[in-house]
Amino acid sequence: MKKASIIMMVGPLLLLGLYVFPLWNIMLGAPQYPDPLGINIHIDGIRDVNEFDIQNIDGLNHYIGMKTLPKPEEMWEFSTFPLVIGIMIFLGSLIGLLGFFGKLSYKWFLGWFIIMSVLGVMGMYDFNEWMIDYGTNLDPHAIMKLANPDGTPMTYKPPLFGHTKMLNFDVTSLPSTGAWFMFTGMMLTVVAFFIGRKQRKSLVESSVK
Amino acid sequence: MKKMKYSALALLGLAMVFTGCNDAGKSSNGALSSSAAEKVYVAPGEQDEFYAFLSGGYSGNLTVYGLPSGRMFKEIPVFSQFPTSGYGYSEETKPMLNTSFGFVPWDDLHHPDISQTNGELDGRWIFVNGNNTPRIARVSLSTFETEEIMEIPNSAGNHSSSFITENTEYVVAGTRFSVPVPQRDMPINEYKGNFKGALSFISVEQEHGHMNLEFQILMPGFNYDLSHPGRGKSHGWFFFSTYNTEEANSLMEVMSSQNDKDFIAAINWKKIEEYVKNGGGTKMPANYAHNVYNEETHTGTSTMKKEVVTVDPLKVPGSVYFLPTPKSPHGCDVDPTGQYIIGAGKLSADITIHSFDKMLAAIEGEKFDGEAYGIPILKFEEVLAGTVKSGGLGPLHTEFDGQGNAYTTFFISSEVVKWKVGTWEVIDRKPTYYSVGHLMIPGGNSRKPFGKYVVAMNKITKDRYLPTGPEMEHSAQIYDISGEKMELIYDFPTHGEPHYAAGCPAELLAPKSKKIYRLDENKHPFATLTPDKARVERNGNEVHIYMSTIRSHFTPDNIEGVKVGDKVYFHITNHEQDFDVPHGFSIIGQNTSELLVMPGQTKTSIWEPKRVGVWPFYCTDFCSALHQEMQGYVRVSPANSNIELSWSLGE
Repeated sequence: MKKASIIMMVGPLLLLGLYVFPLWNIMLGAPQYPDPLGINIHIDGIRDVNEFDIQNIDGLNHYIGMKTLPKPEEMWEFSTFPLVIGIMIFLGSLIGLLGFFGKLSYKWFLGWFIIMSVLGVMGMYDFNEWMIDYGTNLDPHAIMKLANPDGTPMTYKPPLFGHTKMLNFDVTSLPSTGAWFMFTGMMLTVVAFFIGRKQRKSLVESSVK
Repeated sequence: MKKMKYSALALLGLAMVFTGCNDAGKSSNGALSSSAAEKVYVAPGEQDEFYAFLSGGYSGNLTVYGLPSGRMFKEIPVFSQFPTSGYGYSEETKPMLNTSFGFVPWDDLHHPDISQTNGELDGRWIFVNGNNTPRIARVSLSTFETEEIMEIPNSAGNHSSSFITENTEYVVAGTRFSVPVPQRDMPINEYKGNFKGALSFISVEQEHGHMNLEFQILMPGFNYDLSHPGRGKSHGWFFFSTYNTEEANSLMEVMSSQNDKDFIAAINWKKIEEYVKNGGGTKMPANYAHNVYNEETHTGTSTMKKEVVTVDPLKVPGSVYFLPTPKSPHGCDVDPTGQYIIGAGKLSADITIHSFDKMLAAIEGEKFDGEAYGIPILKFEEVLAGTVKSGGLGPLHTEFDGQGNAYTTFFISSEVVKWKVGTWEVIDRKPTYYSVGHLMIPGGNSRKPFGKYVVAMNKITKDRYLPTGPEMEHSAQIYDISGEKMELIYDFPTHGEPHYAAGCPAELLAPKSKKIYRLDENKHPFATLTPDKARVERNGNEVHIYMSTIRSHFTPDNIEGVKVGDKVYFHITNHEQDFDVPHGFSIIGQNTSELLVMPGQTKTSIWEPKRVGVWPFYCTDFCSALHQEMQGYVRVSPANSNIELSWSLGE
């Protein structure tokens, strides 16, 4: 149980990487942008990949009536996410610590993972909702109003995951370093759960003998 | 027996057919030219291996090319007004062309030289000379813009310039025409013994490159034609070729070609520097302009300097010697080791090479052959290292490949001759098209040349390209010099009249080439840093329009309250912070050029409306899909009208 508890303490701590590294990355390349423009989505705000990228993306997007990219104070998510993740890191490590001293069962490890996964899915859903709004809620006075071949107005929602072609831009959206820290940390808590269960089983078996 | 004979003949015939085929294959032009094409071909999207900076001669500007493709990337305005960008027309850049003669909007730019550290190219700046109204300019190699221009007093025909010492301690400017110093009213035919030739040493401050004229050596009244620094062992010396040691003042082509030998002047500048530092020299009143462009204010300022330190070389014993050099030497080049000084007697077939070691020994042993105006003349035989018997005619300039070979141009016989330094034997020769002047190997005037290509720059074009009437651009040739024999691989037209050129590996400059000017570093006094600061102010009959631009509109774009007789200043600030998105500005009836404003930059154009009406202005650089919409109007009312100033955007 000690080994599993240590892993359980370390796993949530890896989520601290989210405070340093971006969660998600979206790159926009085009013929006239051989060095693509890009944004890094951090839990506390959107930042340039290269300086002035946000300004230049906003500048281009104004032609098709998209809003400017939100500043941290313009979205509640950017103040809430750091709090929620901080609380989860604290809880996870606390569970590990209590497990270490035998105050808690390994089942709590899985419990933390499930709550974190639910929060993660909710976060992704929220992020996708924002992207839908960002890509479809367009200024009716936009300079360029383009239509799809079927006549419906063209929208510009970036992909949640993967690559799309939007007008002259190739848009690629992928998890970034922070997401990998989170993924690894969460997987460690699952590992901690299984190690804990295995040790528990062998303990039970040896006591039966 | 007879049969055998026939079959033998048949075999022989067959053999001849095969060898014939082989011969044809070897001499096939197709195979050769296709390999030359591969050597110069830089595929779409690929970039060149070297930068080449070709002087523009009478264009007054510097052109930037790629090697080996021969593609031109940019014309950098230096001494000439350049309507393409507004250089010399905008209020910010007019001071750059100020001189003691007033505004001089043109010059004759000859000899670019890239800054060096320890004798190797460092890619900080490139220095160029203005020949006609003597000036030296410094061009930044991160912005590729002219940052500083220094006028040279007491000089005329600033030709043996702008060559730098091996740590860029000095940029050196020598006079081609000797003149009275100071200038005065005197008979021309009293030239001999009275005129002086000033050799100027301009220090370069190492952080920003700022120049200061430290001292001028007042030499006898010869023509100081070209120069090069000593390097390595000869660092601390500078060598100038001379002609007209006859001191003729008329029909020079005959009168100044009478002496069998002229001189290469060897100057121990370290000795003179020390002399001046210890208070030596004479402070002479002077009047010359020093123009500096500030990258943060995007503005040039011109200051008149009033004094120069002159040095009589006779007062610094051991500082100057003359090396006799046959036949009116033109080029004066120093090999990468600093051991050999090459004098190209332009009226002869041979190249004269002096030895630096032998020169020092001759000075030590006082092997003199008389003196000229008190300056010792060293014995020719005592300093001579060797002679290249080339078989060509009219040698001019020499560059080096770093492999122990030298390449000399021959103007009269139109060729480049490759010869071995030390043995003086000729290795190869190739024709040029036609009448070649300078040649350039990247780093070929440094301790570390990059001996892959040589560019020959010609004076005569004739039939090389499709004819374009009597006036044509000059032609240049690129030779691959990586093998034993030179190979002509490309031929391309150049802009203006290139004299000398300088080149360097692309990786030295490309990574640090600036992409934008930062708006948050813009300290222009008339900058509009945010659109809400855009405004129009009146001060008497001066109207200042603080205008910003971004794709794709001007802020403001409707202006009223301007009157006939006003002097309207358009201060345009480009708010883009994106690479390669300039905006232009022009207005109908502007008596000057357009402006091309780089991202983050502010430029100013003056407009003096002469007629009542509503006059449009527009962006001249196709900036976006809505470039055509990037326009605005100024309402001009009669001089006595009382319409208030107003401005707007989107109302």
